Amino acid sequence: MTTREYTMAETVTPATVAALPIRPQARPGRWVSYAFGALLAFLLVRLLVGNENWQWPVVWSWLFSERVMTGLLNTIVITLVATALGLVIGLVVAVCRLSDLVVLRTVAAAYIWVIRATPGLVLILFVYFFAALVPRLSVPLLFDVPTNEVISQFWAAVVGLSVYLGAYSAEIFRGGVLALPRGQFEACHSLGLSTWCTYRKVLGPQIVRVITPSLANEIVTMFKNTSLVSVIGYVELLTTVQLIYSQNFQTIPLLMVAVLWYLVLTSLAMLGQSRLEKRFGRGFDRRVIRVTAGSDDGKANR
Amino acid sequence: MTALLELIDVRKLFGDFAALDGVSLQIDAGTVTCLVGPSGSGKSTLLRTINQLEPIDGGAILLRGEMLGFAERRGHRVRLSRRRTRAQATHFGMVFQSFNLIPHLSAVENVALGPVEVLGADRTTARTQARDLLARVGLADRVDHYPSELSGGQQQRVAIARALAMRPTVLLFDEPTSALDAELVAEVLEVIRELAGEGMTMVIVTHELAFARDVADRVVMMDRGEIVESGPPEQMLTAPTSERARRFFASVHR
Repeated sequence: MTTREYTMAETVTPATVAALPIRPQARPGRWVSYAFGALLAFLLVRLLVGNENWQWPVVWSWLFSERVMTGLLNTIVITLVATALGLVIGLVVAVCRLSDLVVLRTVAAAYIWVIRATPGLVLILFVYFFAALVPRLSVPLLFDVPTNEVISQFWAAVVGLSVYLGAYSAEIFRGGVLALPRGQFEACHSLGLSTWCTYRKVLGPQIVRVITPSLANEIVTMFKNTSLVSVIGYVELLTTVQLIYSQNFQTIPLLMVAVLWYLVLTSLAMLGQSRLEKRFGRGFDRRVIRVTAGSDDGKANR
Repeated sequence: MTALLELIDVRKLFGDFAALDGVSLQIDAGTVTCLVGPSGSGKSTLLRTINQLEPIDGGAILLRGEMLGFAERRGHRVRLSRRRTRAQATHFGMVFQSFNLIPHLSAVENVALGPVEVLGADRTTARTQARDLLARVGLADRVDHYPSELSGGQQQRVAIARALAMRPTVLLFDEPTSALDAELVAEVLEVIRELAGEGMTMVIVTHELAFARDVADRVVMMDRGEIVESGPPEQMLTAPTSERARRFFASVHR
């Protein structure tokens, strides 16, 4: 083993070095990245504006047209109803999946297994053609109606999509419960909090915090999954523009109309997501700590 | 006089492993009992069976003569419902090693939660009392802080205030200072010492032998799920009779 000798390039006097001001180091990489960004923006603008084939005037003329508006409204309504119903199904299934009753647990697991294995498209078709399997829906003494009268295109779409969301959101909810530190359950037990109160006051807010990103994913996906319902003839946003461009052959501009509206819907969902995250991030996010006068101990807060 | 809390031949199994292998112990009102012993000896498990975080597999635990966790039927016992079990657990205040404060509630909300939700206290009264309790543990200026904004020692003192808010019959401490930096241990021990002075009945699992000697009325040493020896702290720490206890105290004293 030989000892390596360190040679100093220049000798410094400690006092002088200590007094030197600190400046950020010049980083050529930063300037390269700025140049790259500018180039990217230029290309994007040229692609979008400079290219006549987008036919922006056609896009604008259809963007707020009555047909598109109706389609958009249908998309929004289906998404809202199916999401609300789907989350309720998901919550119930998740509770069953975590139950100590083996029958509930098995039923929930089977539901999640089958639904996740079935493509959403198939699910919607199954619900719509349910009459082929069960021609009449009846509960003795209460009602007895032909299945086709109950399941309209709208309800077939809503049921199909919410059953679909139910399976995925159930696993998200369950994941939220599993992510909780065990100590939180133990603290609630020691305080004697009822199960309902434990979930509402202590665990619920913490679960919402961790599942919000995944749940937002599912809901944004739902906006676009609504386009699946075109198979049963329900006309929502994407189907509307498809019908229009099949007549006037302005394929790209009309698809752009749909994309712009999906962009708006997704932005709204993301806004909701960030508000939810802010609200339930209480106690987790960094915040400026008030300095209270007369602190009795010198322990600094982080 | 019968003991406030009585453990009779308590057994707890984790699979084939007997975490508690027949533990009998009597705890009188107003006394401080320190449970000591090597890791895995069953101290924490014993504490957790008392407030029924762990259901027992044999024996019985009685508080003021009332059996905890079970109801007597003709010739046998059945486990109580979760609701009844929780009601019994409120007689015990639990202070955890890792504090287990509720992260999205401020200090005062953490302390007032139990009184409001379980004891049905009025929100304003509960908050005022919570403030008083926080002042008592030296945190008058930290009431509106979230747990993440408090040091470990401060968090543990909030946890003690939270346990006190339920007006428990017995306070249980599960290694209350083990998760703390050395410099923060003293502030928590000081609070526990004050409670002892006020005549609070406490069972404390601890590795702080000097503290046990100072504050305990009785030191109980456990090993392999059994009580090896118990007695007054002075005698236990300086002149234990059993060979096992002598080895243990010798190894930790140094």
